[in-house]
Amino acid sequence: MSELLKQLKDQYKIFDITEVKSFQTFFSVDTAKLLPLVTSLKENSGYTVLVFITAVDWLEEDKFQLTYIVNNPEEKVDLGIRVFFKRDEPTMESIHHLWVHAATFQREIKEMYGIDFPGSPRVDEPFLLEGWDDIPPMRRDFDTKKYSEETFFPREGRESNDPATFMKLKLYPDE
Amino acid sequence: MSLSNKNEQEKNIRVTEDKFLAPENRKHTVIGPGGEEIFVDPLNDYFCTEKPKVEKPYKGILEKFYNWARAESLWVLGYGTGCGSIELPPLFSPRFDAYRFGVAMRPTPRQSGVFIISGYLAVKTLKRVIRSYEQMQNPKYVIALGSCTINGGMYWDSYNTINRLDHYIPVDVYIAGCMPRPEAILSGFNRLKEKIKEGRAEGANEYIEKLEWYKANQKKIIKDWNMPDYNW
Repeated sequence: MSELLKQLKDQYKIFDITEVKSFQTFFSVDTAKLLPLVTSLKENSGYTVLVFITAVDWLEEDKFQLTYIVNNPEEKVDLGIRVFFKRDEPTMESIHHLWVHAATFQREIKEMYGIDFPGSPRVDEPFLLEGWDDIPPMRRDFDTKKYSEETFFPREGRESNDPATFMKLKLYPDE
Repeated sequence: MSLSNKNEQEKNIRVTEDKFLAPENRKHTVIGPGGEEIFVDPLNDYFCTEKPKVEKPYKGILEKFYNWARAESLWVLGYGTGCGSIELPPLFSPRFDAYRFGVAMRPTPRQSGVFIISGYLAVKTLKRVIRSYEQMQNPKYVIALGSCTINGGMYWDSYNTINRLDHYIPVDVYIAGCMPRPEAILSGFNRLKEKIKEGRAEGANEYIEKLEWYKANQKKIIKDWNMPDYNW
């Protein structure tokens, strides 16, 4: 594992390496180097399984993060590859030619975060949200509560409590 | 008509409008066997466009007899919309045995009279629910399972889950809980039976009387409406 990381560090300038567990390591890489890195991991290093792709919206830092988890079934180890790019240019290279099921992840990310993967099959078709015409709902600047109240006829009389204040009032009413 | 002619005919289908419709439901022209062009508008030509009518209940002892018969044989559409559908299979196991109440599961909307909305309802599922509900034969009843159908439950602020079911289809019986146990569902069936026998379960007629209001609510959230207004 460490030898591989050393090699990747020399070859692809990976940075921010975090070893979460003995079988799970995360690192970041530049956006442009992701595709050669993933291809080499699949072809040469035995990381033949793409577990999933997920996205994170860092609204305050004005960037998106994509995390690719690849697995080596022989050695039973995982690698997490993070890439960051700006929020106003949400485009990433597609990896559906390496793993067919990546197209489904990419289609869902396109719908939920608005991150485009040009060339990925059926990436523009609706996946879960049919006829959605607002900004993508998993972006953090989308106010889901406000949208729900405007759209879905909320029933009056519903009470909800902030758990922290509710438990404080219940357990320590004098303070 | 030769095979090549047939292929040409498929190619000649021209898309005119409405991006939400499936290709076969869009307005198009087909080339007939004699070479003539035939204009087809599938939503009007293939589906019934007539508005549904209210079926007034009979009066007196006849209606009471009908209602007794209806109440004693509730056929449920086997369609689970949310997590509550996992509570339905135990109903038909020997432990709870819903058959002794005359409750049976049916595979298609045409054969069934009770629609159980089991749990939360996403907008995508609501479209299928409306299609299935409108295809069911009169008289039809709706049981809403779980708190999600009452006020949204734990998904009350979700972008994709409806809050109140009774704005989209008429509901006869609510069963509260998250999720209700099979005993609660049996109790709900008994409540529905009482309601039918009293002649108060007129949800199907109510739906037709207030059809415009229901359709407006449905179309407000189903933004890619791609089916006929009323699915017979």
